[in-house]
Amino acid sequence: MKKALKTLALSVALIGSFASAQAQVTEQFVALPSYRVGPYAAGGSGFYGGIIDYFNLVNANGGINGVKVSWEECETEYNPSRGVECYERLKTKNGGATMVEPLSTGIAYGILDRIPQDKVPMTTLGYGRSDAANGKVFPYVFPLISDYWSQAAAMIKYLGDKDGGVAKLKGKKIVHLYHDSAFGKEPLPVLEALAAQHGFELIKIPVAPPGSEQQSQWLQIRQAKPDHVILWGWGVMNSVAIKTAQRNGFPREKILGVWWAGSEEDTVPSGDAAKGYTAMSFNTPGNYPVLDEIRKKIYTGGKGNLADQSRIGSVYHMRGVTAGILFVEAMRTAQEKFGKGKPVSGEQLRWGLENLNIDEARQKAIGALNMFPPVKTSCDDHEGSGAVKVQQWDGKKWNAITPNWIVGDKALVRKLVEESSNKYAAEKKITPACMK
Amino acid sequence: MFYREAGQFKTSYEADGQILPIRQDRIALFVTLAVALLALPLISSPYMLSAILIPFLIFALAALGLNILTGYAGQLSLGTAAFMAVGAFASYNFVARIPGIPVLLAFVLGGLCAAMVGIAFGLPSLRIRGFYLAASTLATQFFVVWCLTKIPWLTGHSSSGVITAQKMEILGYAFDTPERKYVLVLGVVAFMALLAKNMLRSNVGRSWMAVRDMDVAAEVIGFRLMRTKLLAFAVSSFYCGVAGALYAFAYLGTVEPEAYNLDLSFRILFMIIIGGVGSILGSFLGAAFIVLLPVFLNILAHGLALPTSVASNLELMTFGALIIFFLIVEPHGLARLWQIGKEKLRLWPFPH
Repeated sequence: MKKALKTLALSVALIGSFASAQAQVTEQFVALPSYRVGPYAAGGSGFYGGIIDYFNLVNANGGINGVKVSWEECETEYNPSRGVECYERLKTKNGGATMVEPLSTGIAYGILDRIPQDKVPMTTLGYGRSDAANGKVFPYVFPLISDYWSQAAAMIKYLGDKDGGVAKLKGKKIVHLYHDSAFGKEPLPVLEALAAQHGFELIKIPVAPPGSEQQSQWLQIRQAKPDHVILWGWGVMNSVAIKTAQRNGFPREKILGVWWAGSEEDTVPSGDAAKGYTAMSFNTPGNYPVLDEIRKKIYTGGKGNLADQSRIGSVYHMRGVTAGILFVEAMRTAQEKFGKGKPVSGEQLRWGLENLNIDEARQKAIGALNMFPPVKTSCDDHEGSGAVKVQQWDGKKWNAITPNWIVGDKALVRKLVEESSNKYAAEKKITPACMK
Repeated sequence: MFYREAGQFKTSYEADGQILPIRQDRIALFVTLAVALLALPLISSPYMLSAILIPFLIFALAALGLNILTGYAGQLSLGTAAFMAVGAFASYNFVARIPGIPVLLAFVLGGLCAAMVGIAFGLPSLRIRGFYLAASTLATQFFVVWCLTKIPWLTGHSSSGVITAQKMEILGYAFDTPERKYVLVLGVVAFMALLAKNMLRSNVGRSWMAVRDMDVAAEVIGFRLMRTKLLAFAVSSFYCGVAGALYAFAYLGTVEPEAYNLDLSFRILFMIIIGGVGSILGSFLGAAFIVLLPVFLNILAHGLALPTSVASNLELMTFGALIIFFLIVEPHGLARLWQIGKEKLRLWPFPH
């Protein structure tokens, strides 16, 4: 054993010499524990590509009041253990990371307890703990735009509207076909509460990860003859579901996917089978001035992050650009309070994220009008919006089929958020309070 | 090591039965332990402690557990991560349901739960062996994770099945900073490694090795096969269970059952293959290799300013190539390399 420790001491010295190099703090530093290899590489490369493209654009335009954004990636392979290591490595770089976005529920959970101590705010756009919307208990976590519970509520509202009002859902059957993991089970409290409230039957059918075999599940669905199927899938599970639905003669129009089941990477491999398939999104598909600017200023200069230029404006890329916009706006907001023209600290950026207000006028100024719902956060509401859209695949691209943003039963979601986050606070002995 | 045992005579059975018969080895062990316990927490950065040393020690403990089963008792297993999961979730439940329980006791109880699961899933080992047994321990892997996702009671009725490990407190002293967590983990791991070393030199360890080398012969000379094999499963699962609990409490903080997936089992299996099957030192070397090398390669690639996508693929390739290289050069693992080096030095400069 002593030899092992000796080997260890050596490696420690080696790694230490690498990690100790620190730069002068003149830039706003963001930690990006990303993943570009492994089973979820398609999502990771698009999302982080979008963030970096937008950061590059902001820097090319002179930064935020002159402050450039800097970032560093660290490959996590979507593995929580690697993710924690990456976070620990990045958080002290360049004078300390002022924000982190892991795009993985597992990693987000792994660093959840560390971020308040380190004073590094974390955003979880469209994933993670839904109850983190309560900023009194989770002051450093920001599930911006929309979390799973809001999405589930919005899904039921949309399905109700499709049938002519939520009251019409009474006696109908809705299948929740889900990835059998924390991610797939997250919406269950909302769906169950809504089923009890509106009187529809909720049939829960789990799919064992990664979900490459779903024959028996779709047989079960065909026998149940549901009115709607919610596809709460991730990765390879989605295209398998779409193809198996086709093989079983189940109309794809009746399937409504979660936003992680609504990208080009999910539909293109399914070919014709995906035509007519609908999914949620917190972006409106289409083209925007900000994307044109990225094409013009970043990609023509060869500084673009995506290897394949046709992916610009794809679902994951646009989600990344949206994230980038929110981050930069938070930095701008924080600078307005704590002093323009210099980088803000993690604590100050936390304030910026908590006081975001991106209305339509601001969106227009950025060149992203209607690209995502207006976001207004507060201490009580770290989500800031909760609005989503439904998009449909026409065989070539996604089109929004709901012209307006949909918001589900907000009161119900809020009640569940309060219950769940207060339970967490009691477990962790946190006194819920707003931070200044 | 440029020293020899020549001149160190043993005149009593006690002296002959020491853990480390060579005086220099003993001194070196105490010095490294002292450095690890006193110096490292002071000089290491929080990153080093919480992202490198703590997972290294935890994985070394898990590898040690698997090594007891596979390396010493000869029973192949692919269920390591499942035993870790049992330990973690059981410890969580003990802390959550018994107010005021000391966290170390919860770890021990969690380990005992894992041991019981280990015994249950070790039963097939009485009839089948080798790869067939490995395939049957796969069942543990899937069954445990399935249980954890299906039975909400086990995860404290959390809607998503994710548990949040409680704060670690012993006698009112909170282990909440990287330094304190590291010291706690180091203490547990060092104690259990020492325990394992002693166990393996005793009757129990010898019976395991006899069964590993030829179970029919072992039975003929009087070892009770069922007891020996199940004890190996129990002890190994206990070690893995404690490692799993430490992984949840001292490293990740919050875990979902998916964190203990088949992939983790494989990684721990690679640790003992690379480190050395049937060697305590090998468990530590293997864990160091698997935990540190990717991080080191990643930092190196970053230092060379390679694009991330290239860097991470390069990392996988280098890692794979190094594994193949090591296994060709020394199929018995790093521990055997070390042993050969030591023997060569012992004869040096006259190689005969």
